[in-house]
Amino acid sequence: MSELDIHDLKVSIEGKQILNGVNLNVKQGEVHAIMGPNGTGKSTLAYTLMGHPSYTVNSGSATFKGQNLLDLAVDERSRLGLFLAFQYPVSIPGVTVANFLRTAVNARRKALNPEDKGIAIPEFRKLLMEKMSILKMDSSFAGRYLNEGFSGGEKKRAEVLQMAILQPEIAILDETDSGLDIDALRIVSEGVNLLRSQNIGVLLITHYQRMLNYIKPDVVHIMMGGAIVESGGADLALHLEEQGYDWVREKYENGTPSVN
Amino acid sequence: MTDNSVVITRSKSTQVEDQFALTPVFSDGLGQLNQYQQQAWEVFKTLPYPSDTQEAWRRTSIRALKLGKLQLAGSNTNSQIPAELTKPLTDDLHGGEILFNGSQVTIELDEKLARQGVVFTDLRHAQTEHPEILSKVLQASKTYSEDKFAALAAAFGSNGVLLYIPKNVTVEKPLHSLFWTAGEGSLHAFQVFVFLEENSSATYVHESASAESKQGQNLHAALMDVKVGPNSKLNFVELQSLSSRDWNFTHEKVSVDSDAEVDWIFGALGSHLTKNFSDLNLVGRGSTGKMSGFFFTNGDQHLDHDTQQNHLAPNTTSDLLFKGALLGESRSVWQGMIYVAENASKTDGYQANRNLVLSDKARADSIPGLEILTDDVRCTHGATVGKLDTDQVFYLESRGIPRKEAEKLIVEGFFDPIMQRIPFEGVRKRFQNAIEQKMREY
Repeated sequence: MSELDIHDLKVSIEGKQILNGVNLNVKQGEVHAIMGPNGTGKSTLAYTLMGHPSYTVNSGSATFKGQNLLDLAVDERSRLGLFLAFQYPVSIPGVTVANFLRTAVNARRKALNPEDKGIAIPEFRKLLMEKMSILKMDSSFAGRYLNEGFSGGEKKRAEVLQMAILQPEIAILDETDSGLDIDALRIVSEGVNLLRSQNIGVLLITHYQRMLNYIKPDVVHIMMGGAIVESGGADLALHLEEQGYDWVREKYENGTPSVN
Repeated sequence: MTDNSVVITRSKSTQVEDQFALTPVFSDGLGQLNQYQQQAWEVFKTLPYPSDTQEAWRRTSIRALKLGKLQLAGSNTNSQIPAELTKPLTDDLHGGEILFNGSQVTIELDEKLARQGVVFTDLRHAQTEHPEILSKVLQASKTYSEDKFAALAAAFGSNGVLLYIPKNVTVEKPLHSLFWTAGEGSLHAFQVFVFLEENSSATYVHESASAESKQGQNLHAALMDVKVGPNSKLNFVELQSLSSRDWNFTHEKVSVDSDAEVDWIFGALGSHLTKNFSDLNLVGRGSTGKMSGFFFTNGDQHLDHDTQQNHLAPNTTSDLLFKGALLGESRSVWQGMIYVAENASKTDGYQANRNLVLSDKARADSIPGLEILTDDVRCTHGATVGKLDTDQVFYLESRGIPRKEAEKLIVEGFFDPIMQRIPFEGVRKRFQNAIEQKMREY
């Protein structure tokens, strides 16, 4: 069983330490939600795990399927089965969704077998259309340039589409609910749930409870000051929704150094 | 404190240090081609070499060109033409093909086209077989008086292409010519004349290419004069894959008559240095011109394209897009001007140049310009110089695509708008191969 194990992870960007010792363990098949106010390091954690070059790991470890994740190149982390659904996916002008996804699928096949000639076009097309119909995406979507001129909802749907095609074992969803109207949120959540049924592990970063109405978490963590300060069941998110973060701040900020 | 002031004097006359020592050979004395060449030679002698004080030459230096060392290309400079260069670039087979290889010329033209009055031949044959048509194009062409290199191309250009399409003739199959050269330290001059009469159409692909040589500098000078008659349509594709020892100077003019249309495509991949002047002259009411440029430089290449979109009649439309990527220590210059004459109301002019600089040592200059002498026109332009976006690379890598491949995908995407404008699969394929090949260096 795949497992993401993070131990005492300390990370900085431009010389400023954002993560002050994160501990987390996500197993395949589990859904973990990370909640917390702005600027507490949630996205930093997501980017660090995926390997964004702007972040420097000062100490601690992150292992995935027994391998030291921090030693791997970004593309290797992906092919090992890690996925990040971006909060703000960049657009790639001139590269269609279909061309991009076929390149990504072929990169996986080629890594397994250097002789691989790539997925046959009809086979790929069938796969793409099947996943797109689950996410209620029009078939013309495949021919559009990646994220170019996409609405907020389309971008998030495109992220989930990529996840559905690449079939990771652990997926990090970085505020995938932001910018979604209620219909889009439902469709995107259904897409995630479908993958969940195939035994994916999910690390869901969010501000709000509302996505958790659709994707039921096994564990809810509260992040503050660059560390996970509280963990509990699904009811912890409901509690936050009612009470806000003040009680957490009062409980931890005096004892723990704040990043700001 | 010491006074370190230095007096800098800028030479007003010339960029070249050593002067050209050759004279053209006028082999057949009284023929009209020789007469035309002689006129050009007289003009050549009166014109100064380009100077870096001139705006057009400010960014492109020819100081390192050793003009005095050049020899006339001998007849022994032919070599095997790579098979790739003679493959049809459009979906159809060639309707005609002319291959220039040293002093050897092979000419093929579909029988049916010849019977319809289509002329597609070299200038030497044109002189004896189609003297009236040759006379018509030569007398109308004064492009050689534009500057020193234009005059040089005409004076030394003892051969070249004549393409003539008679009135009401539609040529479906593409016509292809290749000017192939080899040699060290030689001068190659070439001329292309295209004339489409009223209500005709054709697709013409011309390529300049040369063999890689070990030493010396070659000088390529070319001149192209194209006329598209009323209500006619020309697809004109020009490919340049000259060797890294070639200094390439071209002057091109396309004149478009009433309700006529030109779709003009440039692909520049080779040469050590290129200075290209391309003028689109929309002379007839309702004429349209589209110019699409693809270039990719590496090493110490220097490509300079100077474009003019001249709206000289009402209701004319022009649309230019040049896209280039740069590697190594290469440099590109695009300098474009949309000119709208006083009488050219209701015109629509567009120009855009986009550059992707893939190396810290490469540099792209992009200089758009508008000169509008009338109201009631629509003219827009844009120019950008950008780098490979690290967030784009990260995004693609995060989907398991290795870095090299991610970068190539982004570069291909960058060129996609140009590919979309090229209706020929073979031409697109050539550009895609070039991207592939050049990106190996990245």
